[in-house]
Amino acid sequence: MDIANYIYLSALLFTIGAIGVVVRRNAIVVFMCVELMLNAANLAFVTFSRIHGNLTGQVASFFTMVVAACEVVVGLAIIVTIYRSRRSASVDDASLLKR
Amino acid sequence: MDSLALEVGRTLAPEAIMFWILAPLAVVSALGMLFVKKAVHSALLLAWVMITLAIFYIAQDALFLGIVQIIVYTGAVMMLFLFILMLVGVDSSDSLVENIRGQRPAAITAAIGLGGLLVSLIARSNLGVQSIGLRDANADGNVQGIASELFTKYVWAFEVVSALLITAALGAMVLAHSTSTKSRTAQRDQSIARFRGASLATAAGLPSSGVYALHNAVDVPALLPDGTPAPTSVSATLDARGDMLSSKPFELEVKEVEED
Repeated sequence: MDIANYIYLSALLFTIGAIGVVVRRNAIVVFMCVELMLNAANLAFVTFSRIHGNLTGQVASFFTMVVAACEVVVGLAIIVTIYRSRRSASVDDASLLKR
Repeated sequence: MDSLALEVGRTLAPEAIMFWILAPLAVVSALGMLFVKKAVHSALLLAWVMITLAIFYIAQDALFLGIVQIIVYTGAVMMLFLFILMLVGVDSSDSLVENIRGQRPAAITAAIGLGGLLVSLIARSNLGVQSIGLRDANADGNVQGIASELFTKYVWAFEVVSALLITAALGAMVLAHSTSTKSRTAQRDQSIARFRGASLATAAGLPSSGVYALHNAVDVPALLPDGTPAPTSVSATLDARGDMLSSKPFELEVKEVEED
């Protein structure tokens, strides 16, 4: 098996995550798909780190994880705030500017 | 171009077997995330994808990241997701009404185009290097290697990330904070309400249930000084259900001692 297969897998997972972000309506599921995309990018980082034989890719992946954790905390707080005022976790319902 | 496929080096057979078992499982569960209705099932499938990725990290000599992936992602982040799901409503499912006409087919077409573009790009690329492997970089251990990178070359980024973490924690607290519309009744207010009430009978609190030599459960009323049972000493729920026992059988029979 070629090591590049990890890169293909990463691209596939990224695409699936992208489909999820644009297709699903539940804000929490959309958020989980964003997490999937971040994870796919991390897999590419780790694989390239192995190919190039230095740890820079792993450090980048580490930073991605930290930023993803921050993003989850703030994002979920926003979802809870929206849910509190609108009683809905659907991304379609937050359309106050349209009407 | 001498070869169409990106070739950077071969892996050993055990890793190839592991990859061909786990990678289809990861892709299938990621696809399942798109198709399952309930958000909780989506979360569980995502947790499985993350565990698979952690195994891939460990297989690729990124031991530290593999462990962090399990602790941070499948532990903390997925726990947070499930926590919010329980808070927001487990059965909040997607609405099937399309707000923007033709958005879904267009989105799927665009995303498949993106995937095809990515895969074909990878297939046609040529890195010009053969895989070196992390044996030299990990000579002192993976954690030590990452630490020496993190605290020398990337120390500034590390500090900025710590500031980001604090900001995120504060931001989440501010966003999730809500002020209640009425003030809480404190112990002082409750005490005042008891003594300013219609009757002073309950000013010292309700009596506790009966304590007898043979029975001291909460379903037997206590006796008042005049010998009658006090119904307020038993929960009104028990009384309504008919579970309140009579205190008569447990009372001490006072035998008249004849005095000489």
